[in-house]
Amino acid sequence: MDMEFVQFHPTGMVWPPSVRGILVTEGVRGEGGVLRNQLGRRFMFDDIPEAYKRQTADNEDEGWLYTQGDKNARRPPELLTRDHVARCIVREIKQGRGSPHGGVYLDIAWIKERVPHAAELIKKKLPSMYHQFKQLADIDITKEPMEVGPTTHYVMGGVRVDGDTQMSSVPGMFAAGECAAGLHGANRLGGNSLSDLLVFGKRAGAHAAVFAKTHDAGRVNPSQVEEAARSALAPFERGDTGESPYQVQMELQEHMQDLVGIVRTEIEMARALDVLADLRQRTARVGVGGNREYNNGWHTALDLPNLLTVSEAVARAGLERRESRGAHFREDCPEKVDLFGRFNVVVRKGRDGEMVISRQPIPEMPPQLKRVVEENK
Amino acid sequence: MAMFRIWRGSAAGGEFHDYTAEISEGMVVLDAIHQIQALHANDLAVRWNCKAGKCGSCSAEINGSPRLMCMTRMNALPADEPITVEPMKSFPLIKDLVTDVSWNFRVKKAIKPFKPRPPDAADGTWRMAQQDIDRVQEFRKCIECFLCQDVCHVLREHHLHEEFIGPRFFVHAAALEMHPLDVENRTADLKKTQGIGYCNITKCCTNVCPESITITDNAIIPLKERVVDEFYDPIKKLLRVFRPAR
Repeated sequence: MDMEFVQFHPTGMVWPPSVRGILVTEGVRGEGGVLRNQLGRRFMFDDIPEAYKRQTADNEDEGWLYTQGDKNARRPPELLTRDHVARCIVREIKQGRGSPHGGVYLDIAWIKERVPHAAELIKKKLPSMYHQFKQLADIDITKEPMEVGPTTHYVMGGVRVDGDTQMSSVPGMFAAGECAAGLHGANRLGGNSLSDLLVFGKRAGAHAAVFAKTHDAGRVNPSQVEEAARSALAPFERGDTGESPYQVQMELQEHMQDLVGIVRTEIEMARALDVLADLRQRTARVGVGGNREYNNGWHTALDLPNLLTVSEAVARAGLERRESRGAHFREDCPEKVDLFGRFNVVVRKGRDGEMVISRQPIPEMPPQLKRVVEENK
Repeated sequence: MAMFRIWRGSAAGGEFHDYTAEISEGMVVLDAIHQIQALHANDLAVRWNCKAGKCGSCSAEINGSPRLMCMTRMNALPADEPITVEPMKSFPLIKDLVTDVSWNFRVKKAIKPFKPRPPDAADGTWRMAQQDIDRVQEFRKCIECFLCQDVCHVLREHHLHEEFIGPRFFVHAAALEMHPLDVENRTADLKKTQGIGYCNITKCCTNVCPESITITDNAIIPLKERVVDEFYDPIKKLLRVFRPAR
């Protein structure tokens, strides 16, 4: 369910190539870090969504005060929702105002204009970021800006579970955390992943224990087990003359990034389905050498069918949702549409193993929750 | 192009194999290993996760020194000779570059856990001085890469795994012992079952720590002092004649 909602974190490292995608914490912006384009402009001030105008600073001074703990100041636009910041960065890059290695600048060094001993302060507040850039990119973030760009971060979608017990539609199978769906809507907020794990992980465990105590162990079908074992071992039979699992995985990553990434269109997602069908055929020809012990190549071969299933679900759900909402942004349908806010997109396995898409109405919000929402308006 | 000599084999034995990797700007050793795995050795076993020096999974010995593969940049190694990559020596080998580090987890379980004093305030909270917190903060940086365990001669050369917990767990014990709220006493364990006396402060552990924790000076030596203070103080020794030791 909700597989079209994949969150991109706006700030990952973009250079050197080997560290592409490694996270640069939101904390950098929280401590006063600002985003600038090639021209030195703080482009986040250029596009503040209407809904957030009231709570967002409209000048640099106020944004700075917010990061220094001033309760009366509004937050700087760099701290708008992740999907929005990520798209603004993509826009700057696409329109030719990006940094040399295809990102934008994230600058924390500038705070020396505002505070004494800025270098010491940065090292104290952001020690791991200081070391990460110093060691991996030879960049001293107390002196120079970082180059950053959006990176895949979190999947809001996942296994559809019951909201109270965390049980999936397969009796006895429970899911919690990132692999479960529903809790974070279309766009998770920073910090909520950990609280999700603590609360719903505990619930899932408690309900799983009750289920185990009150149900007998299911019967295992030996022919299914044999079939699973046979297909798991098939890559060894093809040996290392077969298709390389790493190559297929790499191509899958590149195509999904290109065709079902931050900004999506119907044409590109439809093309992704063709590409996935082709990669599925190649996966059937994947082979590995060596033995079963700690064999990374074999592990990759075993991952591939699952990666393809997830990728196809993302693309199909993305096609079904003809609007833009949360982390799902479609250039060909850039507006939020009320009708689409009333259902979740659910993906099931059909009778012949094919993927079936359906729209599942969202149940009405319980009155006590409605009250909380009203009170916070 | 760079030449690599990578150890391949299992607990039963093995040997170095030669590979080449194409090197581009900013690459680290782990990238080269991945490239070799993708192109020449699909079944090469290597453990890794974060690629940013945070998870402590990709520990290995590069040109003979214990390092994290993800944090060792290619341009920091001599370009004109082959780079050797081999597994850690202090732990049993599983395959190729992957060792079984589960001994460490068993050791950790035997260390007495955090035991806070009763809350200072009626609402169940405590008060601590920043100065006391700063002292233990350093120890919390440990990512459990176990490179300090790998380099320590007590484990590496003398295999005293049953009598000696190693630098990593002296750091852990120090973090607990020096915690401003902790009231547990671990000095007897450190002396009797955890072998702190075996450490002769050669500082090898401090030198290999990727988080730059001052293991010897800030963790092990203060713990040694506590042990000496409790067990080797002549006046206390005299008192113990009249009052049995705990």
